[in-house]
Amino acid sequence: MEFALSEEQCLLQDSVRRFLEQNSPLDKVRLAAGNTHTVQRSLWAGASELGIPGMLIPEDFGGMGLGFLDAAIVYEMFGRYVAPLPFLGTAVMAPLALMLAGSEAQQEKWLPKIAAGEIIAGVAVTESIGVREDAGVKAGKGTLTGKVLFVIDWAEADLYIVADSDHGLHLVLPGAKGLSRRALDTIDKTRSVGELVFDQVSAEPLPRSSADAVARVIDAGRVMLAADTLGAGQMMIEKSVAYAGERKQFGRVIGSFQAVKHLCAEMAAALEPSRSLVWYAAHALDEVPGDARLMACHAKSHLSEVGRFVARTATEVHGGMGFTDLLGLHYWFKRIGFDRQLLGGPELVRLEAAHLQGWAA
Amino acid sequence: MDLAYSPKYEAFREEVRAFLTKYKSQAPKGLGAAGRPSPEACSWQQLLIQHGYAARTIPKDYGGYGAKPDILESRIIAEEFSAARVPSALQNQGISMLVPTLLELGTEEQKKKWVKPTLRGEVVWCQGYSEPGSGSDLASLQTRATVDGDDFVINGQKIWTSTAHEADMIFCLVRTEPDKPKHEGISYLIFSMKTPGIEVRPLTTMTGHAEFNEVFFTDVRVPKTQIVGQRGQGWFVANATLKHERGMLGDPVAMETRFQALVDLMHEETVDGQRAIDNPIFRDRLVRLQAELAAMKFNGLRLLTSASKGEDPGLARLIVKLQSCELTHQISALAIDVMGELGVLYDDSPYLRSHGSWQWGYMFQLGLIIGGGTAQIQKNIISERGLGMPREPKLAK
Repeated sequence: MEFALSEEQCLLQDSVRRFLEQNSPLDKVRLAAGNTHTVQRSLWAGASELGIPGMLIPEDFGGMGLGFLDAAIVYEMFGRYVAPLPFLGTAVMAPLALMLAGSEAQQEKWLPKIAAGEIIAGVAVTESIGVREDAGVKAGKGTLTGKVLFVIDWAEADLYIVADSDHGLHLVLPGAKGLSRRALDTIDKTRSVGELVFDQVSAEPLPRSSADAVARVIDAGRVMLAADTLGAGQMMIEKSVAYAGERKQFGRVIGSFQAVKHLCAEMAAALEPSRSLVWYAAHALDEVPGDARLMACHAKSHLSEVGRFVARTATEVHGGMGFTDLLGLHYWFKRIGFDRQLLGGPELVRLEAAHLQGWAA
Repeated sequence: MDLAYSPKYEAFREEVRAFLTKYKSQAPKGLGAAGRPSPEACSWQQLLIQHGYAARTIPKDYGGYGAKPDILESRIIAEEFSAARVPSALQNQGISMLVPTLLELGTEEQKKKWVKPTLRGEVVWCQGYSEPGSGSDLASLQTRATVDGDDFVINGQKIWTSTAHEADMIFCLVRTEPDKPKHEGISYLIFSMKTPGIEVRPLTTMTGHAEFNEVFFTDVRVPKTQIVGQRGQGWFVANATLKHERGMLGDPVAMETRFQALVDLMHEETVDGQRAIDNPIFRDRLVRLQAELAAMKFNGLRLLTSASKGEDPGLARLIVKLQSCELTHQISALAIDVMGELGVLYDDSPYLRSHGSWQWGYMFQLGLIIGGGTAQIQKNIISERGLGMPREPKLAK
């Protein structure tokens, strides 16, 4: 019985922490945020040297063959440093879709390229969770028609994995005839999402597609978003504690006022147990299949709630400065806000969790 | 991350199961959380000690089983007893607080005299710490003990003394050095509740029941030998036990049981012919609590792993009391809301559900949020010890 990160996992997390601390400080994030829909190539190349794009991809395809808990603790660091990188689609959801549903030929063609950091892979699955704006795609014979919103890692993608309305997964190339693309600008400038509109666009089906495969891709995405919020929230707490230890009013550091201290304690009390939930949910994706979907729902919805509380409370601890652009605290606030809605907000996700347990008709 | 127990522990689990299968029929219906255990409960406790399922790590010389401390074994015992719905080892303030204190700081004579009968449920203790004027600021306590010959003479009042009306003995903090700084003038005494000059009055709470008492001391004479630790060191002696009490209050197994009872309730209760579980708002609240419960459960596993490695888990431990009490209270709150008007029924009213245990719990658990270190004190601890934030500046005297 060992409920903890392994020594290797701690080392992995430390190396990603150091990499982002050195290569993606806030001033670099600010620059990247001015170009949301441009991939930060040199930063991604650095991440590729660490093996990050291929961390979940089997060694046979040039990856590291690691597990979801490894991916979660890496994405936790991405959240911590609000890293402007295409991790969620490219390194997690797209490779997983290919591994679960792709043919051998498709895997051989694409996985090594992803693992090497050579290509960006966008993922379009939002309509499998909830349809807005009449989105949704219908598959014809080798073609797709319709539109999808909130395509993850939309910018400069070299391929898209698209879920149709009947749980089919497809590969679509960005230059395909009849495909039009539109960027969607969100509050979070550190990650790119966009829209794809299909007019009889030729698409290559992943032959082993199923409702379960789509759901597993979403489960993994949800756990990663929870991990991202965990890292971002942790950083917001640390920044709050540091700020409250320096800022003086009434002749005292504000961190010595219980009104302020207790806000920090409440944030820590809410966030700390969430860490164990994220660990378990990620672990379950690999090792406890019977628990995986429910725990992905719990991790996603719970971190959404905790994240919202931490994001607003940390901003309040920073007072007026927290509200300005000067400190840049809002990058974390917005990252957490984005994580909450993407792949299903907490109310939708909890309804799913209820269905899974037979609690909802 | 490895959630399986090693073969050694799985073998131990089998031993526990075999014991439960063999002896389950002898188990009493319940032991109660406090108060005087029934004769059946006492014999069950003795059987558990004999097999190492109670007082497991207490040395044999003092009436325990004498096993080496192993947190995973303790966990397995708790899991299996809970799964079999068999009452586990007796838990009361004597066992969880006094015994560890005596073992750590008592004289050999005190250990020999008190530990064994306490473990066996034969001697029941109460805790005399809080006073009307000294709650969160416990170290400001005013109950005085003055020396007269070979005795201390005690005058003052304690409050929140659960089981005082049934207890044989009290472990009590008194001020022996009024001129010293508050933390250095306290002594830790143990004495009989039958000593002349002690008056116990039940303290009725908002639940309508007297779960606590007030205890009044008027010229109560206690031999000077009945001190634990040195004169003036009582604060530090007591802190050894407060540490044990805080550990006691987080119990994920009990919370899961309450949660499951809530799920059952939501499948049974209807309004306008619709089950509560089919009401989207109630259901959303239920799933939200389930996620919080999962987080606390896995936090507990993380603490277990830290403890088994002898590491300090820091924040993960400091937040347990605050979060667990709040979550338990929220579970009861949802149960009350699900019952609606039926949720305000009480006493022996017609239509009362589960003997009013949700209503009682909703009120009593508010007491748990306040007792044993209020939520606000917990937040001080989390922010100061966990996050390293500055202490409140001392007021100029």
